[in-house]
Amino acid sequence: SMAVESEKKPVLEMVQADGADEGCVTFVLHDEDHTLGNSLRYMIMKTVDVDFCGYTITHPSESKINFRIQTRGGIPATEPLRRGLNELSDVCQHVLNTFQARVEEFKERQEQPME
Amino acid sequence: MAATMSNVEEIRTRVILGEYDIKNVHTSDYPGNYPGYDDTWDMRKFQKNFRVDLVHLNESSMEFDMVGIDAAIANAFRRILLAEVPTMAIEKVFIYNNTSIVQDEVLAQRLGLVPIKADPRLFEYRSPGDESAEEEGSEIDTIQLQLKIKCSRNPRASKDSADPRELYLNHMVYSSDIKWVPIGNQADVFADSVIGPVHDDILIAQLRPGHELDIVMHCVKGLGQDHAKFSPVATASYRLLPEITLLEPVEGEMAERLKRCFSRGVIDIQDVDGRKVAKVVNSRLDTCSREFLRHDDLKNVVKLGRLRDHFIFTVESTGILPPDVLVTEAIKVLMVKCQRFLSELDSPELE
Repeated sequence: SMAVESEKKPVLEMVQADGADEGCVTFVLHDEDHTLGNSLRYMIMKTVDVDFCGYTITHPSESKINFRIQTRGGIPATEPLRRGLNELSDVCQHVLNTFQARVEEFKERQEQPME
Repeated sequence: MAATMSNVEEIRTRVILGEYDIKNVHTSDYPGNYPGYDDTWDMRKFQKNFRVDLVHLNESSMEFDMVGIDAAIANAFRRILLAEVPTMAIEKVFIYNNTSIVQDEVLAQRLGLVPIKADPRLFEYRSPGDESAEEEGSEIDTIQLQLKIKCSRNPRASKDSADPRELYLNHMVYSSDIKWVPIGNQADVFADSVIGPVHDDILIAQLRPGHELDIVMHCVKGLGQDHAKFSPVATASYRLLPEITLLEPVEGEMAERLKRCFSRGVIDIQDVDGRKVAKVVNSRLDTCSREFLRHDDLKNVVKLGRLRDHFIFTVESTGILPPDVLVTEAIKVLMVKCQRFLSELDSPELE
């Protein structure tokens, strides 16, 4: 039973209603909760061509979220998702750099006793 | 309240604490909500407005301000600090002998909660799979600890003493009695770092003469999501910066009462032309108890609010990692989550 490789757990699924265009998609993100859900929702809501963005935790016993994006103007929904993830990653990078710089400054200031 | 020109700024930036409700709680500055405002995400505008101010930092706790970020992301950092920064903790307890009055499972649970000082970044997770007891665990994913202690009567105690400290030897089992047993090449890799419990004075069990503990423990890497023993913070929390506005000048006896309504140091009484006038000097110290709402004459004089994008974080570490390292790791965890889904999106996608 160890030979079948397709037994690996899904990470991200896309659910699309039949007949709807590519702009209205519900993504199922596995092993995620409000931590990524809310912060990603915020980043995607700040995009102009997103009509609707929201997420739900379908059941508290299951760690997966339904993340829905509806776009305007025929843009495929994966685009704001990708952009939101990239921007969130960039925000984290900037926060990290700023924080580490402040910690360095603080530690240097502590080492120099004030005269 | 309708969004007129004058209070749009207030709705966008402040949370108002009223007598019976709290207003403007949710973030509303999304593109299209406010005519005349361009609320689209702009990385440069964010970088210009964002700042971090460190107030206090030592090996066990830190307090810092994060200004210019939204609650969704600040909360994500807080949640990751509590539940998704990995640490090492005792997971498997092999009890070879326990003749104390503490039951096996109670003892094992107490041992699990003892913080273990080992840098979790130098260890791997144990791969899940069918492993038989004691065979799993190699040097890269396990730390082995031992607790071997026996309580005996003190032969040198005086005849009529009633003090257990004098009568018995080893009658209190502290976390200092937990010893590290290096496996594999750990003795060389961790030659200059001491691996063991963070604190020496955690009381684990009490013994009397004849009781013995002979226990071997395996520590593994885990997340706070799985069990609270893996959480690296004593707690991590944030609060928003309070903002106290006096709508009218408050003088004399009213000023004294107003000063007592807030935390110490928030309101100062100053002498202006012989009259005592109240002035807000440091609203950061206030705990927003809203005591002023209990006084009818002070109710309408003060406006209490919070700045929506100014977060005062307090991170207390359990001692495993210093608090600034914890915050750094938490930010990296969020980045890794984003990268994981980005690579999933880029790989051939199935519906």
